[in-house]
Amino acid sequence: MQRRFIPRQGLEPLIRQTLDAGYRLHAPQSTDGAILYRPIHHSGQLPWGLHDHQAPGHYRLLDNGSPRAFAWATGPQALKPLLFRPSEPIWTLDLDSDGRPSFIGAAHTEAPLALLGLRPCDLAALALQDAHFLHGPYPDPAYAARRRGLLTIAVNCSHPAATCFCAATGDGPNAQGGYDLLLDELDDGYLIESGSAVGKTLLDRLDTLPATDMQLEAMATQRASAVRAQQRKLPNAEQLARLPAQHDHPHWAEVAERCLACGNCTAVCPTCFCHAHRETPALDGQSSVHSREWDSCFTSGHSYLHGHVVHTTTRERYRQWLTHKLAGWVEQYGRSGCVGCGRCITWCPVGIDLTVESAALVDANPAQGE
Amino acid sequence: MKPRIAVHKFSSCDGCQLAFINAGPDLLKLGSLVDILHFAEAGMCDEEAEVEIAFIEGSVSTPHEIERAHKVREKSAMVITLGACATSGGLQALRNLHDQDAWIAGVYASPEYIETLPEARPVSDFIKVDFEVWGCPVNPAQVFAVVRSLLFGAAPSLPEEKVCLECKRRGTVCTLVSKGVACLGPVTKGGCGAICPAIGRDCFACFGPAEAANTGTLANRLHGLGLQPEAVARRFAFINNNAPEFLAEARAWRDSHEPDKSHGRGDSHERADSHERADSHERADSHERGDSHERGDSHERGDSHEPGKSHEQEQQP
Repeated sequence: MQRRFIPRQGLEPLIRQTLDAGYRLHAPQSTDGAILYRPIHHSGQLPWGLHDHQAPGHYRLLDNGSPRAFAWATGPQALKPLLFRPSEPIWTLDLDSDGRPSFIGAAHTEAPLALLGLRPCDLAALALQDAHFLHGPYPDPAYAARRRGLLTIAVNCSHPAATCFCAATGDGPNAQGGYDLLLDELDDGYLIESGSAVGKTLLDRLDTLPATDMQLEAMATQRASAVRAQQRKLPNAEQLARLPAQHDHPHWAEVAERCLACGNCTAVCPTCFCHAHRETPALDGQSSVHSREWDSCFTSGHSYLHGHVVHTTTRERYRQWLTHKLAGWVEQYGRSGCVGCGRCITWCPVGIDLTVESAALVDANPAQGE
Repeated sequence: MKPRIAVHKFSSCDGCQLAFINAGPDLLKLGSLVDILHFAEAGMCDEEAEVEIAFIEGSVSTPHEIERAHKVREKSAMVITLGACATSGGLQALRNLHDQDAWIAGVYASPEYIETLPEARPVSDFIKVDFEVWGCPVNPAQVFAVVRSLLFGAAPSLPEEKVCLECKRRGTVCTLVSKGVACLGPVTKGGCGAICPAIGRDCFACFGPAEAANTGTLANRLHGLGLQPEAVARRFAFINNNAPEFLAEARAWRDSHEPDKSHGRGDSHERADSHERADSHERADSHERGDSHERGDSHERGDSHEPGKSHEQEQQP
């Protein structure tokens, strides 16, 4: 793949070309004290100069005057809420004058979506959400409609947070694929390459320069240092395979004492897909909206079966989350459900760290996890 | 015959009854589906009417209200509490924590005219309650969902999840994590739609304790954010102060600056403190907090931390 260079101000034509191609373009922006993906119209809306400070249960944005727009790690959400909506109607039920029901499925007519600034961990999470929503025996129509035509403009992660460990899961900080366009942000501009035909068409419409040896060298140095900057590690696959056998480990109860069972970890997790279905009938009882919304294995409703809640304690719920995420997914989807983004660590109100807890459970020293 | 409904007011501010009155077109629709026989605030007065569904707003705080509660129970097939006061005792149950006689003597010129119970109590302390709708005030959508379920002949049910999930579905950035705000969302029943964090504020637990509410760990976290023990106690001793989970936490933190000694859950306090968080990061932020009643505390609080002992330093391999 031919790598090209665009100067700092070259992001503006990239945004313009994407919008002109008919996409709804979302890009990172500083919103309510965090980096969130929002609709964007010009490059001035990007989070120029912002850096994030992340620690367990802690997130702050700081302006460090950097000339960069992508000098931060993941915010609380990226692609998940845009494809797997937090809450959406699935169908509407109407009764006619004779009381006969008719079901009307929700229509999906949005313009194709494009994202600028996705991280390699977000791309890995996208592949996992695809595995769940698209590649099973019953593809999900709502997800499929929004996934179709999705344009991904990824940016390699040059500034991992203290909570990041994508190098340990093999999902970052440098993308291996799954993007239409990929950028490396340097001090004077961007190296850009395409990963698909759609991406190449878009790239061909931009004024680019050939990448110089110096720029390529700066890129390689930056990529390597982003790997070295990561401080956390997950136990390796062999160690995590021991997790289901730790069903009665006393450590589950120890975590449960600290865990709020609030479900924040599952809501910010870019791969968690559990949802609940709700019926909202109109007061006159003549119609009803059936919707699905994000659920969490930390709610009582998640394990409610025929009048009985299976997982009544936080200990059981935390065990369900961690065991499924790190071991159950391997059986279901061929790999662990963790892409190393560290969101569950940062956004846990009490800073519970799955790298530490999983290591304690499989008797692994996380520092030697790889 | 249309189902008959009564809305009774006990000790309360009337705010929850507004769930009906403010419903606009839905109120008219409700009027065509049920007969509202008693609802003083809306003009219908027949307190002793026999009904299928009785809603009670307000706590039981006088001897007369005990009698009224029993009468409502006798005349109603189903009794549903409406809001924090009726369900947990509400804000006025704060007086349960203080010397009531001294207050009455201090406030009223002729205290002998004040007839009150020693404590403001939830309705369920006196009669069987079939379903509870929490909130201060209640969410009209929840009230109407309950009515609709009953009209279908189905048992009403409302989500049991915490406020955090409603926040996340709204796309609200966590105020506790991103601003160091002393939010009670992680122990609070959802249903409000997470309206306060959506404007950058903390949750005040209007909808009461959630199931599996780990108040001890959250209280420690709030302490770590810079709240003095009395301030932690006040967070829990608020709208649903008389809910058992909150009352226990409020008492433990109010009674002692060394909560571990009186709390009976000392282990979890210490452990949570030593594990979790980046206390030192939050210290500066606590000064900015909007809560005027906590502001003074946050200044002193910083001193009790070990300077520079940040979470990363504790946990990095």
